[in-house]
Amino acid sequence: MKKVQVSNLLLTLLFAALSLFFLLPLFWMLSAASKTELDVWTFPIQWIPEQWNFIQNFKAVWMGDVSFSLFYLNSLKISILSTIGTILVCSMAGYALAKLNFKGKGLIFSLMMAFMMIPEQATLVPRYIMIKEMGLYDTHTSLILLGLFSSYFTFLLRQFMLGIHSDMLEAAELDGAGFIRVFWSVVLPLSQPILATVGIIKFIWTWNDYQGPLIFLYSNNLFTIPLGMQFFKEEFGTRISVMMMASLSAIVPLLILFLLLQKKVINGIAIGGVKG
Amino acid sequence: MINEQAELRKAASVPPRTYWNRKRRETLAGWLFIAPEALGMLLLAVFPLGFSLFLSLTEWNLIGGLSAINYIGLDNFIELFRDNLFLRALKNNLLFALGTVPITMLLGVIMAGLIHKKLYAKSYFKVAFFVPYICSTVAVAAVWSALYHPSKGPLNQFLIQLGLSDPPRWLVDTSFSLIAIMIIYIWQLMGYQIIIFLAGMTNIPDELYEAARIDGANGTQQFRLITLPLLAPTTFFLAITSTISSFKVFDMIKFLTNGGPVHSSTVIVYQIYEEGFKNFRMGYASAMSWMLFLLILLVTSITWMSQSKKVHA
Repeated sequence: MKKVQVSNLLLTLLFAALSLFFLLPLFWMLSAASKTELDVWTFPIQWIPEQWNFIQNFKAVWMGDVSFSLFYLNSLKISILSTIGTILVCSMAGYALAKLNFKGKGLIFSLMMAFMMIPEQATLVPRYIMIKEMGLYDTHTSLILLGLFSSYFTFLLRQFMLGIHSDMLEAAELDGAGFIRVFWSVVLPLSQPILATVGIIKFIWTWNDYQGPLIFLYSNNLFTIPLGMQFFKEEFGTRISVMMMASLSAIVPLLILFLLLQKKVINGIAIGGVKG
Repeated sequence: MINEQAELRKAASVPPRTYWNRKRRETLAGWLFIAPEALGMLLLAVFPLGFSLFLSLTEWNLIGGLSAINYIGLDNFIELFRDNLFLRALKNNLLFALGTVPITMLLGVIMAGLIHKKLYAKSYFKVAFFVPYICSTVAVAAVWSALYHPSKGPLNQFLIQLGLSDPPRWLVDTSFSLIAIMIIYIWQLMGYQIIIFLAGMTNIPDELYEAARIDGANGTQQFRLITLPLLAPTTFFLAITSTISSFKVFDMIKFLTNGGPVHSSTVIVYQIYEEGFKNFRMGYASAMSWMLFLLILLVTSITWMSQSKKVHA
């Protein structure tokens, strides 16, 4: 028994080294963002900068002519609003599918599952035309609107809500609560764990989305972070230290969010995979 | 039972709301609650799919306005099969799927197996390998493009030091651009595969492993004879979803190579983007979108049919 544990310990150490090697590109990014342009390319790699240039690079990214802070605000706005909107729309649909009995429910549910098969890319052209016709091209509203609906999240929420005891809802009804009250003050609070999971995953997806903003936005001042990265690449493509600072700035907030809520994110991804 | 009692209690305590009345209110509420999502799906998924089928039979340059739509039957689809760029994109998509799906699944299942059964500090490994997956694709693509720099990049400096006199020029090399993107893609996706496989492994009851241990099966045998067969549904799910996602690859290609050099790394979604949003050939782009959709349906049904017998066992 003891011998097995020693071999597992060695294996763990080996894998710890492997995981660091795996994350090397991110360490390189951090290191390059902290040094002068000249030192970026020295080989062997200077992991700890001899000459620190973090502040200057930070200023170039955040306070230069092309301001990353504007991209940040845009990304925050779109991510927060579409996360709240999705949670509301999908949990309403999830509640109806899990807890209400009405004609046509089965049909709607099967249709929704079938819609999951439609790849977003296959409907890009018509959605672009529709958004143009609605006068929403080059607005944040277009992205928020397009991001509100998801049969995947509806499915996850429905599955969770199926597990809520109907007695609780009936008790609330006996107290005179209508369906809206039952939904708002009983179902939503009881669904908090899955709401948090859906919320964080949706937030990450929206924050990282590149294709949507690329197609539906045109003006520089509306750009989100991933589009801002593209813009930066065109402006500072040759200044790698500045580019790496921009990458670092794009990644860090999500990394912190992820490290704080790792269980929720990982479980959310896992339930989607096992049941979906 | 409980439902009946509740109904009875309700009937007694709230006399004006009869059973029939409640049923109608519930139907109404059901439809109202589902309305936003249902309308959204109808408007943003179902209608566009039909609309793009219609557009695929037309020739339409967006700049000409709605009156410039020209019905041309199947011409777009005929053109697709003569279009070397589309054929190249299709071939690249297939290469991309073959080059990324099996390897991430194989590495994923081995790593998940080791993390599940052998390693300490499981949650550390879950997090560490998962980090690239939550990072912005564009941001990590920017990092890799620096690592890939043909003359100054650390990767090639390292290869030169190993004695390779003429290392690949990666993203700017027609024969390596697609491979370079596949490597980034694999790096980003590994963690996802590990997490899904781990979730599948956690569902396998421990008693099975104990029974195998008593029978004298070693770790590798247990993995081969218990873990792998019972993991079939997870493997099946991952095979389908990973293949579909690989068909949709776009972000890295747009950001890093714009399909180049000389179209060596173009894929279907990139061609849809070029034709639809650069050249404004809406009909032709819609025809490509439908080819993508059909390809995905085809792959899903083939995988489904070839696997359904084995999975249900």
